[in-house]
This record gives sequence, C-alpha cells and structure tokens, in this order.
Amino acid sequence: MSKIKSLEIKIGLEVHCQLTNLKTKLFCSCSSDYRGKEPNTLICPICMGMPGTLPVLNEKALEDAIMVALALNSKISERMLFFRKNYFYPDMPKNFQISQYDKAGGVPFALGGYIQINGKKVRIRRIQLEEDPGKLSYDGTIESSNHTLVDYNRAGIALIEIVTEPDMETPKEARLFLEKLRSILEHLNVSDGSLEGSMRCDANISLKGGKRVEVKNISSFKEVERALNFEITRQKNLVLRGMVIGQETRHWDETRRITVSLRMKEEEQDYRYFPEPDLVPIIIPRERIKEIEQKMPELPDERRKRFIEQYNLSPQSAEILTRSKAMADFFEESVKIYGNPKEISNWMIGELSSYLNEKSIEIDELTLTSKQLVDLIKLIDEGVISRKMAKSVLQDMLLTGKMAGDIVKEKGLEKILDKEYIGSIVEKILKENPQAVKDAIFDKKAMNYLMGQLMKKTEGKIDPKMASEVLRKRLSELAKFITP
Amino acid sequence: MSYCVELSAYEIIKKIKAQELKVVDYISYLFERIKRIEREIHAYITLTEDSALKKAQDIDKKIERGERTGRLCGVGIAIKDNICTKGIRTTCASRMLENFIPPYNATVVNLIEDEDGIIIGKTNMDEFAMGSSTEHSYFGPTHNPWDLERVPGGSSGGSAAAVISSMATLALGSDTGGSIRCPASFCSAVGLKPTYGLVSRFGLIAYANSLEQIGPITKDVRDCALLLSCIADHDPLDSTSVNKPKEDYTNYLVDDIKNIKLGIIKELFGEGTQDSVEKGVWDAIKKLEQLGADYQEISLKNLDYSLPSYYIIAMSEASSNLARYDGLRYGYRIPNKSYDWNAVYLKNRRFGFGFEVKRRIILGTFALSAGYYDEYYLKAQKIRTLIRRDFETAFKRFDVLIGPTMPVLPFRIGEKVNDPLEMYMCDIDGVPANLAGIPSISIPCSFSNGLPIGLQIMAPPFREDLLIRIGFSFQKNFPILKKLGGHE
Repeated sequence: MSKIKSLEIKIGLEVHCQLTNLKTKLFCSCSSDYRGKEPNTLICPICMGMPGTLPVLNEKALEDAIMVALALNSKISERMLFFRKNYFYPDMPKNFQISQYDKAGGVPFALGGYIQINGKKVRIRRIQLEEDPGKLSYDGTIESSNHTLVDYNRAGIALIEIVTEPDMETPKEARLFLEKLRSILEHLNVSDGSLEGSMRCDANISLKGGKRVEVKNISSFKEVERALNFEITRQKNLVLRGMVIGQETRHWDETRRITVSLRMKEEEQDYRYFPEPDLVPIIIPRERIKEIEQKMPELPDERRKRFIEQYNLSPQSAEILTRSKAMADFFEESVKIYGNPKEISNWMIGELSSYLNEKSIEIDELTLTSKQLVDLIKLIDEGVISRKMAKSVLQDMLLTGKMAGDIVKEKGLEKILDKEYIGSIVEKILKENPQAVKDAIFDKKAMNYLMGQLMKKTEGKIDPKMASEVLRKRLSELAKFITP
Repeated sequence: MSYCVELSAYEIIKKIKAQELKVVDYISYLFERIKRIEREIHAYITLTEDSALKKAQDIDKKIERGERTGRLCGVGIAIKDNICTKGIRTTCASRMLENFIPPYNATVVNLIEDEDGIIIGKTNMDEFAMGSSTEHSYFGPTHNPWDLERVPGGSSGGSAAAVISSMATLALGSDTGGSIRCPASFCSAVGLKPTYGLVSRFGLIAYANSLEQIGPITKDVRDCALLLSCIADHDPLDSTSVNKPKEDYTNYLVDDIKNIKLGIIKELFGEGTQDSVEKGVWDAIKKLEQLGADYQEISLKNLDYSLPSYYIIAMSEASSNLARYDGLRYGYRIPNKSYDWNAVYLKNRRFGFGFEVKRRIILGTFALSAGYYDEYYLKAQKIRTLIRRDFETAFKRFDVLIGPTMPVLPFRIGEKVNDPLEMYMCDIDGVPANLAGIPSISIPCSFSNGLPIGLQIMAPPFREDLLIRIGFSFQKNFPILKKLGGHE
C-alpha cells in the first residue's frame, strides 16, 4: 500500500446512473420498467429511432436532474442543450446517442460541485442527462461469440452522467464515493442503486509519470475497487519494469477479473458531436430551481448530523449508518419500534455489517427486518439469552430467516437463571475438579477455570453473574475445611 | 365531368358540397387520368387507389346523410414519399427504404385525414430529398409536364408535377433548401415553405432537421391557404413545433396590397441568373407596383455565403440522420453470411444508398470531424446567424422581400446530374429562407419559351398571411392563362 501511495495515484470517475424511478423513458412514453421483461417488448417507433420520429424530453427527468445537481452542489446551467454523439454500434437504434457536451458551444446540464467522503471533498466536473443504449448479449464472451443478440428495452432509459475530477487516491475512496453518491440518489428518490445495472461507471487512473488509462464497463461499486486494484497493480508493475504507460482505453472483464486493452489513444473515436436539432434549447427558470430546492428531501449528510444529535450517536457510527439509505432506514425503523438507538446502532455496525461485508450484499437484500432485530435485542434486555448467545442466534436468523424467539426455543438457548439449579451444577463441577477447587481457594485467578467448566457444561447458557456469585460463596464455605 | 380533375381544390370542394359531384366519381377520374399520363411523367412512387376509393365512398355517405365533413371534403392529395403514411410504404425514393411501411402517420397526414382529405399516392423525389431535379430517385426521374425532356425541379418534383398535370388536386412537399419552391417554380405551381416550427415535422423523414418544413404545393394561392390552414398546428410530438393558436389562412385571401413595401434582394439576381428569369421576375414586380405596392432594391450582403453555409449544415445533419439506416431493424438488407455487424452495415449502406446520398453523408461526416468542426460546421452556423440578422434588419424597412425562386429555367434531364456543383448552384435563391427560418412562397409569374418562371416572396416569421395576400392579389389581377397541353 505504501509503495502504491508513493506513485501518486489519481482516480477520476465517470458514473452513469439510471433515473430508475421515472415511469417512462427519456424521450418517449415507453415504460422504463425493463428489468425481467421479454426482450424488445418495451419499444416504440421513437426509441427505435424509426424514420421521421422525433424525441420529446421527459419533464420529470429534468426535475430529477435538477435535484441531483442541487444535492451535489453543482451549478445548473441556464440553458439545457442536447448534443448528438455519433458512432455506429448495434445497441443504438439511431447510431447516435442524444447526450450533452461541454465543448463546441455545448453546455452540460450542470457544472462543478462536490461530494464529501470522510471529510474529503471529491469535486464534480459536470453532470449530464443522456439516453441509455440497448443491451447486447453474447453467446459466451464478446470474443468467442459468433453472434450478438440485441434487446432495445433499455434503449432510451434516462441516464445521469456524473464526471468527477481526478480527486480520489485509492480504490477504497472510489468505492466510498460511489456509495455516497448512491446514498444521495436514493435519498432523493430518483434512482434505486440496488437494481442490476442501474449504476455503472468508467474510471480514469493515472500514476505519477504515466498517461491516463480509462477502464470501462464497471458494473457496480463493488466491482470498482476490484477493477482499480487490478489496474493499479498492472500499471505499477509496468512502472517498476521501467515501461511507459500510454494513454489507452481498457475494458473490465468481470468474470476473469482483469482489464483488457480496447484501444490506444491513436484509435480513439471521433464522436462528431453537434447540437441535436430536434430538441430546442430549454431555458431552466431560476424560480423552478428554487421551487425544487424547497421540497428537497433530507440528504445523507443532513441525516448523519441529525443521527448524532437526535440519537446521540458517535460521528463514526452515524457515518456508517447513513452510508446507504437502506441502512439508515433500517436503523430508524428499529429505533421507532424499540428506542434504544445505541444498542441498535451497535448491533448494526457490529454483527450485521460484518455479515453484509462477508457476503458482499446490501442490507435490503436480507430477509431480516428491523422488527426481527428489535425482537432479538429485547431477548437480551429481558435476560432470556446472553449477549454472546444472541450473536449466534443472529447468525441463525440471517441464514434461516427465522424469528429470534423461535430459534431460542427450538435450540433451548434460554439462560439458566434458576438459583437452585445453578447450585446443583456448581456442586457437580466442584466434585469433578478437586484439584482446581483447591487452587481456586488460594488463588482467585484459578476460579476462572471453574467458571469455564460451568459454561462448558451448560453450553454457555448459565447466567455468568449468578454462577460466579454461587461459586464464590461455595468456595469460601469450603475454605474453612481446607488448609494450605 | 372528367374535366373536373383540372379544377382547383376550392372549386372541387364547392361542387362536392353542392352535391354536383360525387367524391367517388371525382377520385375515379383522377385515377383514370393518372393511368393515362403517369407513364410519361412518373410523378408517383406508390398509388393508393383502393383505399382512396373506399375513403371517397365513406365521404359520399357522410354527405348523403347530411353529416359534417372536413374542410378538404374528399379532395385528392399527393404526399411526398418522405412523409410517413401508416400502412403505405414510404420510400424516400431510396432503395434503402424500398419496402419500408411505417406503423405510424406523420402528424400532417393525420391532420389531412381529419379534414377528409384523400391520399391518392406517394410522390417521387430526389433520394432522401437530396437534389434539385428529382433525377436522384432510385425509381427513376420525374418529367416536367411542360416539357417532358426537362426536370420538374426538386426535391419535391413528383408532387409539383402531379398537381400541375392534374394527377392530384393538392400535394404536400418538404423544403430543406428550396425543395418545395424549386419544383413549384419549374412546374408553374404555387409552393409555400412555412416558417420553421409552424408545421409539425413528426413523420417527415429527416434530411436536415434544423432547416426543413412540410408545406403545400397547389394550383393556386387559394388552395395553398386552404391546405396550410389544415396542416399548420402545434404538435406536442415535435419539440420544434411552435405553440400558437391555429389560424385560418383563407381569411387572408384579400385583393389589396396597397402601400405594401417590397424589398427586391439584389443578391438574388446575381451571377448565374438567366436573363429570361430576371426579366420575368421584374415584370411581376412591376405588376405588383401597378396594384399599389412600393418597391425598392436592397442588398443582403451575407447572402453571398448562404450556399456554402447551407450545404455544410444540411450535409452535417444528414450524415447523422442517415446513420440509422444500417439494415438491422428495417430497411435494405443484403443476405449476408457475415456475423460481423460492421461488415453487414457497410454492405447494406453501400448498396442501399444512391450516389448523391453517399456524397452528402461523406461530406457531412467530414465537416463534423474533430479538427474541422470549428472551420466548417461552427462557421456555417455563424453565417446562418448573420443571414438571419440581415433579414431581421431588412424586415424593419420592408414588409416582404422578393427575388426569383430559381436562377434558371427548368433544365434538361441529365444536363446537370454529373456536375454536382452546378446543381448545388441552382439552390442559391432558395436556401436563404431556410437558413433564416422564414416563410417563403413561389408563385408562377410568367413563361419564357414555354417554360415557367417563379416569383419568390419572403416574409418575417409567421407572416404567411402577407404571402397569401400578395400572391392572391397577383393571381387575381394577372392570371396566367397558359394551359398545360400535349398530354391529353
């Protein structure tokens, strides 16, 4: 890691987020709910770019884009201009994409802005609105397949493109950036990041002295860290061997987990951008922006601050809990049912988060509900199970989806609280371990061994506080009969 | 009654409404005439006799029952073949779309059908509207009804030829750089290019989106006003369509042009203008003066650059618009064993497009390429702005601006087809109105050696009323009595 750092890594991202909460596509009235649908059923003459058809902008998409720009502290342009990006590819019905451009008289939808991650500002260069192409499927891989299947259901879905400055220095930061961005979009209720392919990105990486390398086709923020780690290692090796890193575009192969060269700088495409003549420039009135600003929902940073104040959480805990909207919602729902935010926060940040990390899944992919987590915590508070026991019950809950109470009953995990019963077990242990009893009488530390035996015998169900009380009492009684 | 096909739409509608003429009979006469002379003229790519007769019967029934009928009341209309018609093939005169049947109507087609207009066929044109002679059609050229050896003008040559030879009563054309007015001039028809945004472009197969408009090609100004009233309407499907209340342009059929100020654009009588054309147009100006209009000459300096500016913008937009024709989803597709899409696209486009179309795609692609964009496309747009300003300034002094529609008389088929630059030069008088987005009309003003000459009048944006008033007054007071003959 330290060696990598010394190479001064600069990472910039180009993120494409679908506005998944729109009902229709960006320029026609086709449904945008394309996932799981039969290929080429959500299409019309307009999104198929058939001769004579014209695009008409989805007004709601513009409103969503304004919200995103406001949330990212970007400056919204006064005029909205669309440009055509021309290139031939079978996933584009018109063989050009309606997008925006920052050169040749073009103006992106919004400029500047930033996202704060762990107290660091990652600057936004620009935000654009554009249409998604269709989807190509290959038989096997792109190289081995002898035919290509095209599904245009996705063609024309509204995309927001967010381009950052190269302000990130580690793959981890890139991941945090994407997580934060996703959380913001979800808080704005414009995009559901958990949907497959709803958030994709390209990354630009440069090491000190090397040229910029673009890695395309990163399909989620889980992949971004992997792809960047691979690419940095690859480039580092080149540098160590005294080779020069040239400007090129590479493709992240998710299955093989490597980047593959697509083209070198000389082969870069000329997209022949020019203003889209079928869409008139749209003036965005300042009043409209103000109106939207006033009804902006709470954003992750505000929510984090509120968590600290309202629930008395540590800044770190609040940060983790607001990293995704699902996580924050889960937390607040749990608190609403039961109160006790500290305890809920501890469970979520501890056990639950490590499970999610280990499985590499999101909290909303779990069957576990906030009510179920609360039920578990209740069992501890009521003294039915020990904290330690609760941890294994949670694992069972996560795996089986069962309720905490049922697992405790089925497995007979209730804590042993009966004083008489505890006494009888203590007697048994004392009889079985005469030497240890002697040791314990003269050396308080040796008592731990006997406690361990008690726990072992009862499979941890014995209440440790009561057990040690009873044990101590019996040992002091026995001490009268034993001389050193 | 078969003579009725030679009447104007206004007269035919009058007869139909008075129940002197059955729509079915009139439409049958039209098709009889088409069968007789279409072989010589070749104005159509597709005819729709069955559906036209059926529609005619429906309208006759409506009239019998005393129901309300639309303003077009059974009139036969020819539609240029780059305007989409649901269920009727729409070819753009290209092999690429030879078998393309749109599943939707252009908005103008819906509007015409709503007014009980009857579509009788789809007219010939230059492929993808790229040309000024209708010679660049995959289906072969159209002949000028006044002289079959000559071109009818283009690109809406089929529409103008059909109307003037009475194979249709009304027609729609499209005008990107003179494509309505040029054939109107060459065929002695009235052709109007409306203000950009007045008529919906939805369903018009794009050549150069920022320049083109659909408009009427008719026998006289009265019919032009009627057809324009039917098609000019705001369309939510076209973002460039202007949201303004519908107008009845027949209200402007007024015989009064006293004190109207005419500006005669010097640049439109420049090098390459034939003497006979110049004389014909000046005669017309003098006639307008007799009617009480004042005229004065004016110079619009930036018009010298209008032709290169027009061609760069049009070709650039075309290169992008025509990218969609790859043969994958619709259109011409060569049976191909290759699974490499790039190779398939190349082949389909190589054989699907004609020569002129490919030339313009290549030039447009070049003009938009990195390193050339600033020098060509951007510069052309700047000139466009200057031309627009020239017009704005001129319209402060004049109500309308005048010049010839075409610098030349109709030329012979084959005469210019191998010299693209000479052909492009023919558009020199037509393109300024497209660059400025202003309305422009061509009105037949005289003949020279039996060949028609057109007078071009341009007005400020959305002042079609002025064009109609001046055109109507001119036609009313100085009717051209020359009748088409020789094809009966």
